[in-house]
Amino acid sequence: MTDTIDLSLVDWSRAQFALTAVYHWLFVPLTLGLSFILAIMETIYVRTGREEWKRITRFWMTLFGINFAIGVATGIILEFEFGTNWSNYSWFVGDIFGAPLAIEGILAFFLESTFVAVMFFGWNKVDKKFHLVSTWLVAAGANLSALWILVANAWMQHPVGMVFNPDTARNEMVNFWSVLFNQVAVDKFLHTISSSFLLASMFVLGISSWYLIRKRDEDIAKKSILVAGVFGLLSSLMVAYTGDESARTVSKIQPVKFASMEALYEGKRDAGLIAFGVLKDTDKKIGDKEVREFAFRIQIPGLLSVLTGGDRDSYVQGLRDHLSGNEKQGVISTPEKIERGKYARDVLLSYKSAKQVNDTAQLTAIKGVFNTSDFRDKYFRFFGYASIDKPEDVIPDVTTSFYSFHMMVILGFAFIMIFTTALVLLFRGTLSDNKWFLWMAFISIPLPYIASELGWVLTEIGRQPWIIQDMMTVSQAVSQISTGSVITTFILFAVLFTGLLISEVSIMVKQIKTGPKH
Amino acid sequence: MTAMISQLFLQDYWWIIVSILASLLVLLMFVQGGQSMIYSLPESDIQKTMIVNTLGRKWEFTFTTLVTFGGAFFASFPLFYATSFGGAYWVWIAILFSFTIQAIAYEFRSKPDNVLGQKTFDLFLFLNGSLGPFLIGVAVATFFTGSMFSLNLMNQVHWATRWYGLEALLNVRNLSLGFAVLFLVRINGLLYIINSVDDEKLINRSLKRLIANSIPFLLFFLFFIISLLFSNGFAADPLTGAIKAENFKYIHNFIQMPVVLILFLAGVAGVLYGIGVTILKKSISGIWFSGAGTILTVFSLFLIAGFNSTSFYPSLYDMQSSLTIRNSSSSHFTLKTMFYVSFIIPLVVAYIWYAWKAINNNRITEQEMNTEEHKY
Repeated sequence: MTDTIDLSLVDWSRAQFALTAVYHWLFVPLTLGLSFILAIMETIYVRTGREEWKRITRFWMTLFGINFAIGVATGIILEFEFGTNWSNYSWFVGDIFGAPLAIEGILAFFLESTFVAVMFFGWNKVDKKFHLVSTWLVAAGANLSALWILVANAWMQHPVGMVFNPDTARNEMVNFWSVLFNQVAVDKFLHTISSSFLLASMFVLGISSWYLIRKRDEDIAKKSILVAGVFGLLSSLMVAYTGDESARTVSKIQPVKFASMEALYEGKRDAGLIAFGVLKDTDKKIGDKEVREFAFRIQIPGLLSVLTGGDRDSYVQGLRDHLSGNEKQGVISTPEKIERGKYARDVLLSYKSAKQVNDTAQLTAIKGVFNTSDFRDKYFRFFGYASIDKPEDVIPDVTTSFYSFHMMVILGFAFIMIFTTALVLLFRGTLSDNKWFLWMAFISIPLPYIASELGWVLTEIGRQPWIIQDMMTVSQAVSQISTGSVITTFILFAVLFTGLLISEVSIMVKQIKTGPKH
Repeated sequence: MTAMISQLFLQDYWWIIVSILASLLVLLMFVQGGQSMIYSLPESDIQKTMIVNTLGRKWEFTFTTLVTFGGAFFASFPLFYATSFGGAYWVWIAILFSFTIQAIAYEFRSKPDNVLGQKTFDLFLFLNGSLGPFLIGVAVATFFTGSMFSLNLMNQVHWATRWYGLEALLNVRNLSLGFAVLFLVRINGLLYIINSVDDEKLINRSLKRLIANSIPFLLFFLFFIISLLFSNGFAADPLTGAIKAENFKYIHNFIQMPVVLILFLAGVAGVLYGIGVTILKKSISGIWFSGAGTILTVFSLFLIAGFNSTSFYPSLYDMQSSLTIRNSSSSHFTLKTMFYVSFIIPLVVAYIWYAWKAINNNRITEQEMNTEEHKY
């Protein structure tokens, strides 16, 4: 926590984690969503007894299996990279962070892996109902695993339910429920799973549309579109609602991230919501950081104030408020936070020195300081700031945050339109004739993937320089290994993941071209 | 009630849970053992298909157990997780790499247009099957033989070699446990194939391989155990936590914990009986004895590694940085929370058992391979 850090090691470690996470997230949302779509389709089969629904279920299940395996493959790396590349982090917060990961394994992964075997191989071995229950349990297990890992990630955005123990030099959990029901965790879970349902629905809708374009397997395609259309529309509405909730929460607990994603430099009342905007370079600076301002924007006046504070008179904090402070709004300046963080660090170091020489009087005195809420709330909560060099380093990349957020939102609204149109055309009986729509649905398959990845880009880039908001920077968290080792493993993983992705897509395309069995 | 659960109890409890997960993992690595013989065991394509499919239906259990083992270790002994993974970087990355290539190999190998070709995916299975168990064995051996690291005041790890864990491969004792684990999982792989595949020719070939794998297993295992019994261990003072070297530490552990010794002997006997009954009586139930024996053996080795005030992750570089279950565990609150979570484990075991039986009711046959739609 006090050593000099090799920045290229930090960058390569981040690059490796980002690489793994981005690849992992290419596969997981489809697993989360398609598992429920399979369960719905199989339920229709079991309830109606109609064989075509079994065929539909089995076709999509084949695609599910191909995708599932590669999601598992990338997932294991991600879990262990917390240890291999972020060992200081793993110790500093492992007491809180480890538990959700373990629970994920015990509660979710076993459920998923046990019943996925029944789902794939049980068709002729177990009765219909047991098989159906297994399919539902796979969906439940997959989504439960998402819950726990998202609880862990939410805690990094909004660390709650713990106190720092100077003896062990780490944070320790004191309230499990506040970790689990952390507002960020609730928002994040609902937003993530609903966006994954949406992604899977678009996958089914797009592929089915392609069958309709090619005038083959039309009955299966239409039935699939019915399920995907309804599930997708409900999910996309849920995505919009939970997205709004998430943004509101971010505005309260990560105001710097919020100001970055809105590119709001100066705080104000009656702040407008940017519906669309393009940023350009300017001469202006915040600290020594260059500011990019709007070359063009479409703004809805006052809406940002209304959404975050309830009325147009509400003040929305800008990035400059956080750098320079704004007493009226109760915002502490970054230099002040750095001072408080350094004080907290010095108290910890003096505690450690006292421990080395076994100065019990001094130890008791400092521990007394640690136990006061004044020290915890005013100083220790800014512990991470002790390692910030320049105040403007606490501002994340505004351009990336802004574009990733706004592109995600624009795409989110487009998805509602697509699913609505699909259902209207289907019920009117004109879907097969609307080639333009079928093509649009088909080429839209990658869009939810892009939106979903952008969501993570915003979440993680927008939190920089922190690995745990205000508590620890990524630089402090990294494992002290040689940069060369990390570069080597980065290249190895990049080659492996890319090879597997190419293989996966090729297999998937072949299976789609082959189509359902008759 | 919560106040009554002491930190010492919880630390012991979680060491037992971690040890159980480790022993289940070694048992379930029969999948890897089978994979390591993918080139040598089958004499025809259909035999290979049967082997791959009988193993392929279980790979996820092994994988999930590995992930859960990692998660449980992280949650209960985070200082180990941070120290070992962040220090012995290359060993763990190699293990992860070998499991990553396994996860897709089954699903992709026989699918058309898989780009890399079936030979590549079979190579992935072979590499995972050989390297995975071997490297896990080497990594676990360092629980006894020690590593080169130190921890600073903030408990951050500094690894004292530039090899970041690869140096473990230079130690003969580490290698011997690595090979012992590899041959053990190959034995279990053969016994599982004999139990789950209904094909006389394949069973006969497996029987021959069983003898060929049992001899090296015994040699490597005995070498490791004998060297373990006659080596030093690091003992922790129960009151101060200070670490000091102790001659014949692991013999002392066995003597001072006779139940563990009994479990160990029963475990070894179980493995030997499983092998013997298969070779001599042509039984197909050998896996049950060998499997139970594997669990008991690994479980008891983990107990002598961590219990009885022993350092389970000794540092040869800075003795006082050595990890024990007392100085590396999570807080009382976290261990207690996880203690309640662990109550669900029997339910997990029950549904795994039920689902496993449902799928394994009938042994795999050549005919099934020709009709099964979800075939690897």
